[in-house]
Amino acid sequence: MSQMLSWTALLPGAIVLSSMLPGAFIFLVKEESHLLRGVLNMFGAIIKLVLVGTLIWGVFLGGVFESRLTIAPGLDLVLHADALSVLFVTLSSVLWLVTTVYAIGYLEHSPNRSRFFGFFSLCVSATVGIALAGNLLTFVIFYEILTLATYPLVAHRGTPEATRGAKIYLAYTMGGGVALLVGAVWLRALTGPVDFVEGGVLSDMASTLHPQLIAIFLLLLLGLGVKAALVPLHGWLPQSMVAPAPVSSLLHAVAVVKAGAFGIVRVVYDVYGVDFAAELGLLIILGVWASLTIVYGSVKALTQDGLKARLAYSTVSQVSYIALGASILGPVATIGGMVHLVHQGIMKITLFFCAGNYAETLGVHKVSQMDGVGRRMPWTTLAFTVGALGMIGIPPIAGFVSKWYLGLGAVEAGQHWVLLVLAASTLLNAGYFLPILYKAWFRPPPDAWPNEHRFESRFETLGALLWPPVITAAFCLIAGLLAAAPFSPLEWATLIARREYGL
Amino acid sequence: MADLLILPVLVPLLGGLLATALPVRSALVGTLAALATSLSGLGITLLVWLHGDLGTVLGGWGVPLGIGLSADGLSAALLAMASLVALAISIYAGSYFAGSAQARHFWPLWLLLWSALNGVFLAADLFNLYVMLELLGLSAAALGALTGKREAIAANLRYLLVGLLGSLTYLLGVALLYTAYGTLDIGLLGERLGPTPIAATALALMVSGLALKTALFPLHFWLPPAHANAPAPVSAALSALVVKASFYLILRLWTELFAPIADIGAATLLGLLGAGAVLWGSWRALRAQRLKLLAAYSTVAQIGYLFLFFPLLASLPPGTARDDLFAACVLMALTHGFAKAGFFLAAGLVQRKAGHDRISELGGVAQRMPATTFSIALAGSALVGLPPSGSFIGKWVLMRGAFETGQWWWLPVTVLGTLLAAAYVFRVLSRAFGLEPTPLQFVTNARSEIPALLLAFASVALLGLAAGPVWAILGFGAAPA
Repeated sequence: MSQMLSWTALLPGAIVLSSMLPGAFIFLVKEESHLLRGVLNMFGAIIKLVLVGTLIWGVFLGGVFESRLTIAPGLDLVLHADALSVLFVTLSSVLWLVTTVYAIGYLEHSPNRSRFFGFFSLCVSATVGIALAGNLLTFVIFYEILTLATYPLVAHRGTPEATRGAKIYLAYTMGGGVALLVGAVWLRALTGPVDFVEGGVLSDMASTLHPQLIAIFLLLLLGLGVKAALVPLHGWLPQSMVAPAPVSSLLHAVAVVKAGAFGIVRVVYDVYGVDFAAELGLLIILGVWASLTIVYGSVKALTQDGLKARLAYSTVSQVSYIALGASILGPVATIGGMVHLVHQGIMKITLFFCAGNYAETLGVHKVSQMDGVGRRMPWTTLAFTVGALGMIGIPPIAGFVSKWYLGLGAVEAGQHWVLLVLAASTLLNAGYFLPILYKAWFRPPPDAWPNEHRFESRFETLGALLWPPVITAAFCLIAGLLAAAPFSPLEWATLIARREYGL
Repeated sequence: MADLLILPVLVPLLGGLLATALPVRSALVGTLAALATSLSGLGITLLVWLHGDLGTVLGGWGVPLGIGLSADGLSAALLAMASLVALAISIYAGSYFAGSAQARHFWPLWLLLWSALNGVFLAADLFNLYVMLELLGLSAAALGALTGKREAIAANLRYLLVGLLGSLTYLLGVALLYTAYGTLDIGLLGERLGPTPIAATALALMVSGLALKTALFPLHFWLPPAHANAPAPVSAALSALVVKASFYLILRLWTELFAPIADIGAATLLGLLGAGAVLWGSWRALRAQRLKLLAAYSTVAQIGYLFLFFPLLASLPPGTARDDLFAACVLMALTHGFAKAGFFLAAGLVQRKAGHDRISELGGVAQRMPATTFSIALAGSALVGLPPSGSFIGKWVLMRGAFETGQWWWLPVTVLGTLLAAAYVFRVLSRAFGLEPTPLQFVTNARSEIPALLLAFASVALLGLAAGPVWAILGFGAAPA
C-alpha cells in the first residue's frame, strides 16, 4: 500500500523531470555530438509519453496523483493531476515528441543546437508544470519559468530582428507575469493557499469581499491574457514570428499561447468556479473580450501576406475560442472550449510545420509566392489543407467539432450573439485560408522557386520535416472522425465537463 | 562545545598570518585556510541546527567583562551563507590571481576580512562588534584597492573614510548605551533597555552609522564606484558579504535590542529609504554602461528590498505571519549573497576575456562562454526575483505581508523594482544571442566558471525550492499558514 502511495506521489514530478533533466544535460553536450543530443532528446520525449500514458489511465480510473514539495511553511509546490491537466499534459507531450523530430531535421547544420534543445526541453517542462500545477503558487512559478525558457528560443537566430522580437516578447510577458503575481498574492492574502479544485473554491467568500475578488480576477486575466494573446495584449505574438519554425509551432500550439488559455480555464473553473464567476458578472467580460479578439484576429489575418504572420493572427483569433468556451455557462460550451485546447493545438502545429517546410525547401515565406506549391510539395500541401479546412470548421476535421459544441452550448445558454461571432469568424477564416489553398493547388508553379533547396531524400523534402505535419494532420482527421471513440479529445473534454459541473 | 565558536574567527586569522609569512606559497596556504574556515563555519551552523543557540565567554572572565561569542539561528544562517560563498570566491580567486603579484596581498587581506566577517556574525557584545566592523571595513577597502589603479584607489579611499565615519557613529551610540546602562552585552542590554531618550538617540546613531556602511539609499553613494572597480573576487565579497554584515547588525539590533523603541514610524522611515533604494538603484543599474557598475547598483536596490520588510514587521504582532516575514527577509539576504557573488564572479570572467566590461560590446564574449553567461542568467533571475529563486519566495511573502497589513503602498515599489530589474538583467543577456560562431562546449575553464555557476544555481534552485531550512534554523516551526 505504501508503495502504491509513493508511486502516485512521484508520477507528476517525474513527468516534469523527464524533460527537465535531459534538458539540463543537453546544455553540457558538445556542439558536434549530434547523436548524444538526439538520444537525450528522444529519450526524454518517449519516457515522458510513457509516463503520461500511465497517468491518463490512472486519472481515468479516478486515481489521485499528487506530488507535493514544501518550499517553506505555507508555501507548497503542488503537482496534481486532474482530468483537465491530463488533457493539456497529453497534448504537450505528444506534440513535443513530434516537434522534437521536426526540430532535429529543421536545425541540421545550424549553430547553437545544444543551447536550443536545452531551452526547448525546459520550455516543455515548464508547460507540463503549468498543466499539472495544483495551486496558484505553483502555476505562477511554472508560468514565469515558461517566459524565461522561451526567451532564448525566440532570440535564437541572433539577427537584429530576432533580438528585437525577443525583447518585445519579454516586455509583454514580464508585464503580464507581474500582473498575475500581484493577483495571485492578493488572492492568497484573502483566502490562504489557493488550491485548484474542480468546481471552484471561492463561492463561500463573504459578499463584502466580492469587489476585491472582481479586481483580482481582472488582474489575473490581464496576466494570463498576455500569453493567451487577447487583444490588445497580443502585440508580442506576431513579433516573435522571427523564431525558428519549430519554436513558432510550439509557441502557438502547445506552450506559451496555450498556457495563457489554459490559465484562464483554470481560474474560471477551478478557482472561482464557473457558477460563481457568472454570478459576479465576470463571464460576460471574458466572453466579450474573447469575441472581440476572435473577430479582430481574423480581420488582421486577412491582410497579412507573410504566411507565418497570417498564421500568427489566426492563432490570436483561434485561441480565444477556448476563452469563449469558458465564458459561456453550461457543460456543452465547456466541452467546446476544452476540446478546442487540443484541436487548435494539432491543427495549428500542422500549419506551422508546413509553413516551415515551404520556407526551408523552397524559400517561400509569403502567401503571394505560394502559386503551385501543391504540385512541388503535395504531401506538405495536403497536410496544410487538412489544417486549414479544420480551422475553418469543415467537417469531419477536428475544428468542426469544437465549433459545433461552442455553438450548441451558446444556444443552450441562450446567448445567441455567440453564434454571430462564430459565423463571422468562420467566414473570415475561409477568407484568409481558401485563397491560399486555391493558389497552392490550382495556380501554375513559377519557373523558379525563391530559394530552392534539394535534400537527399526520397520525398519532396527531408523526411524529418515531412513526417511531423503528415502525422499531426492525421491527428486532426482522427480527432474529428473518431470524436466519439473512448479517449478521444472530445470524450475526455466531456469527462472534464462532467466533473466540473458535478454531473 | 560552545568554545568552538572561536574557530570561524581564529582559523582565517591564523591562515592569514601564515599566508603573510609564506608569501611564495600564499595561494596554497590561502586555499587550505579557506577550506578550513568554511568547514568551521558550516560546523557551527550544524551545531546550532542540532542543539539550538550557543554562547561562550573567552578568557574565563564572564559577562560583562570577557569577550563573548554567541550564535543563534540568525547568525548561523548568515554564517552558513558566508562560508559557502566565501569558499567559492576563494576557489575562483586561486585561478583569477594565478601568477599575479596581487596574489600575495590578496590572501592575507582576504582571510582577515573573512575573520572579521565571521566575528560580526558571532560577537555577543556591542564593543566587539565595533572592533570587528572596523576590521572588516579596513580589510575591505584595502582589498578593493588591490589593482592599484587610480580610480580604484580613489573609490576605496572614499569607501574607507565613509566606513570609518559609519563605525564611529555606531561607536557613539554604543558609548551612550554604556554610560546609561553599564553593559555592552546584547542580551543584558536587551533586558534593561527602556523607551528613554538616550536609547532613542543611541538607536538613531547606531542605525544611521550602520546604514551608511550597508549603503542604504541615500547613503549609498560610495558603493558603486568601490564595488565596480575592485577585482572580481573582491567585488563579489564586498557586495555579497560585507554589506550583509552591517545589514545583519541592523536587523538584530532593530528586532532584539531596540524592540521597545523601534516603532512603526521609525520602521516606515527605513521602509521609505528602502523604497528609494529599490527604485533609484534599479534605475541607475538600468542606465549603467558597465557590467560591474550595473551589478553594484543592483546591490543598492537589493539592499533596499531588505528594508521594505521593516515596516511590515513592525506592524505585526508576534506570530506566524511575522515569523514568515522575518524568515523571508533573511532568505532574501541569503539569496542575494549567493546571486550577487555568482554574478560578479561571472562578470569578472567576461571582463577578463573581453578586456573591458562595456555592456554594449560584450555580446561576442558572452556567447563564447556559455557557462559564464548561464551563471549571469541564473543569478540575474534571482536578482529580478523570478521563480524559482529564493528572492521570488521572499517577494511573495513580502507582497502578501503588504496586503495583510494593509500597507499596499509597498506593492507598486516591489512591482516597479521587479520590472526595472528584469530590464537591466535582460539588457545584458540579450547581447548573448548574436551571430557569433558557436561555442564548442559548455564549460571553458572549470576552476573559475564552476564556482560562479554553483553560486548562481544555489540562489535559484537551492534557496528557491528548499527554503524550509531557513525557517527551521530561525526556530519557526512548520505552522499552518
